[in-house]
Amino acid sequence: MDIVVCIKQVPDTTEVKINPETNTLIREGVPSIINPFDENAIEAALKLREAHGGKVTVITMGPPQATEALRKAVAMGVDDVQLISDRAFAGSDTWATSYTLAQAIKSLGKYDLIICGKQAIDGDTAQVGPGIAEWLEIPQVTFAVKIEISEGRARIERLLEEQNEVVEAPLPAMVTVVKQINEPRMPSLKGMMKAKKAEITTKSAADIGADPIKVGLNGSPTRVVKIFTPPAKGGGEMLSGSADEIASALAGKLRELKVI
Amino acid sequence: MVKDLARKISLEKVLPVREKLDETGEFPHEIMKVFAESDMCGLYLPEKYSGFGGGVLEFCLAVEEISRICGGVGVTFAASALGCTPILLFGSEEQKMKYIPPIAKGEKLAAFGLTEANAGSDAAAQETTAELKGDHYVVNGTKQWITNGGEADTYVVIAMTDKKKGSRGATAFIMEKGMPGFTFGKKENKMGIRCSATRELVFQDCKVPKENILGKEGMGFIVAMRTLDMTRPGIGAQAVGIAQGALDEALKYAKERVQFGKSIISFQAIQHMLADMATQVEASRALVLATARHVDSGAKDFTKESSMCKLMASDTAMKVTTDAVQILGGYGYMKEYPVEKMMRDAKITQIYEGTNQIQRNQIGLALIKESAKNK
Ligand SMILES: Cc1cc2nc3c(=O)[nH]c(=O)nc-3n(C[C@H](O)[C@H](O)[C@H](O)COP(=O)(O)OP(=O)(O)OC[C@H]3O[C@@H](n4cnc5c(N)ncnc54)[C@H](O)[C@@H]3O)c2cc1C
Ligand SMILES: Cc1cc2nc3c(=O)[nH]c(=O)nc-3n(C[C@H](O)[C@H](O)[C@H](O)COP(=O)(O)OP(=O)(O)OC[C@H]3O[C@@H](n4cnc5c(N)ncnc54)[C@H](O)[C@@H]3O)c2cc1C
Repeated sequence: MDIVVCIKQVPDTTEVKINPETNTLIREGVPSIINPFDENAIEAALKLREAHGGKVTVITMGPPQATEALRKAVAMGVDDVQLISDRAFAGSDTWATSYTLAQAIKSLGKYDLIICGKQAIDGDTAQVGPGIAEWLEIPQVTFAVKIEISEGRARIERLLEEQNEVVEAPLPAMVTVVKQINEPRMPSLKGMMKAKKAEITTKSAADIGADPIKVGLNGSPTRVVKIFTPPAKGGGEMLSGSADEIASALAGKLRELKVI
Repeated sequence: MVKDLARKISLEKVLPVREKLDETGEFPHEIMKVFAESDMCGLYLPEKYSGFGGGVLEFCLAVEEISRICGGVGVTFAASALGCTPILLFGSEEQKMKYIPPIAKGEKLAAFGLTEANAGSDAAAQETTAELKGDHYVVNGTKQWITNGGEADTYVVIAMTDKKKGSRGATAFIMEKGMPGFTFGKKENKMGIRCSATRELVFQDCKVPKENILGKEGMGFIVAMRTLDMTRPGIGAQAVGIAQGALDEALKYAKERVQFGKSIISFQAIQHMLADMATQVEASRALVLATARHVDSGAKDFTKESSMCKLMASDTAMKVTTDAVQILGGYGYMKEYPVEKMMRDAKITQIYEGTNQIQRNQIGLALIKESAKNK
């Protein structure tokens, strides 16, 4: 089984800083990591390979420094990695990103399953995985907590708010995973040695046969108009006392605030 | 790379469970599995035997990082090396091929059994016997306080094959869990390193094939002493790790804790304590790593250096953890903060693999020998 995992390199921080002039993330001085959900995606792929054999290929679209993320994937034990990188990709929104990744996947030839993270912890849109599926015209199943493969079909348990849902899809398919699906393995020393030495294939827009007007800023219909930090929500107030006291205090407050 | 991976595993896999492991004394099976999968178990073993090809230096770097988070997990990791080292040093090619790869891959743990109820520092007072009967030996006796006892599959055990010869009558055997007549006694309830398994090995007419002798008959003490020379830097590294962990906590706390309207780190008394702690940790680390490099360079006799680094690092660990508790004040005495555990964990490093009194004896002896030679 040929599995493709899409990973994104993201800043290792919960406090994302934005450059107010360019409306883009400030990445300088912030160490980078593999998007945590994408580590789950790699783990899911490695588990499936252990069970069914085959090959796991990891791709990322990003600047040359994203090879760092790919090396970490090698250290975890994936078979092949590719960096999809070209100046022409700069300024991609989720539409252009998913187009580019879809083209990159097509250029690999055969694929049975594509695994993405649920969402990136910086961009947070959760659109890229489904976008790839649309460009490739294959089924998509999001929020997977369990993936089983048999006879050319994937059986996937989805994590929903109230209950889990089990769906089946024919392969090839695109699945996004949540963190509850597994615990990503640690890299191994031998894997890290291999990662250090690994030659990383880089593919350009031309290599993946991407249409120049569909990538980068040109191919991005959305424009970020403004990015700002909303004012923090004020702290709540806890009312105490008996149920009656709380109820009348609450009603008083609401009236005071002219809500009722 | 080794340090980074050991740190990553320690932070992600050990830190979240260390308090629970300390409380329950439960053996860290899950964590040992992670070490196995990440090739850490074979770190110091040659590639020929499925190891990673590092040496004592790499081993010490890993032990320090693990012990910085939990001394108990640190020794569990290190004790397998204590059990494997005699095979590496004295095993025949067949023995190495048979026993080392599973240990290197982390499929099996190893342990080393020298100490008995009446043979502690005086290791020559062994009461366990091995009697040759045809093509096998029959072993009888009890080993006490054996780290990884019960959890390990491969044991190197010292027994007397000829009591009349005294220390020249001891022999090292490779024993396997499951051999008829080999059972385990009670698991000890300890002050510190509580998640590490410390148990008795009980031998009752246990048959051991002749080919399980390590080295030659009568070489048991040489095997034991050479092994301990090689592994003591590991205990030094464990001690440095525990001390560094306590320093980390003390520093963090000193910055946060406010008294008299100031964070306590602004008091010179606290700064000086931290300065001494940091200096002692750094000096101990330097000595441990220098010794490790010396051993890896192929040095022949390093008993003195190996004793010195274990002595200094373990005394440092006791001092620094005690001071860390002091810096945290009453909070340091409470189980909510990790420094009281670190103080309990530190104590053992002054005792096992030879008490610090015995280390001083060895260093003294080496000094006398050296000065006699230089005359
Ligand atoms: C409206 C908009 C405009 C933007 N404009 C710009 C811009 O002008 N300049 C700029 O630098 N950035 C821009 N970005 C950011 C960038 O386009 C997104 O970060 C990127 O498209 C991925 O989206 P996401 O981070 O929300 O990922 P999600 O959709 O949340 O990610 C889901 C999963 O998709 C996969 N994935 C996501 N990105 C990649 C990748 N690059 N390679 C491989 N797999 C991946 C991973 O598996 C990931 O877990 C813009 C984003 C938006 C939403
Ligand atoms: C948790 C734990 C794990 C252990 N793991 C192992 C293991 O895996 N394998 C193994 O074989 N052993 C193991 N041991 C045993 C350990 O190595 C011994 O406890 C240690 O060597 C000291 O022996 P003892 O406890 O009998 O002390 P004793 O020898 O009875 O010493 C008591 C005191 O007398 C001092 N003393 C003794 N002789 C002298 C002397 N000649 N000069 C000056 N002072 C002296 C000692 O320093 C000590 O302070 C372990 C012990 C513990 C507690």
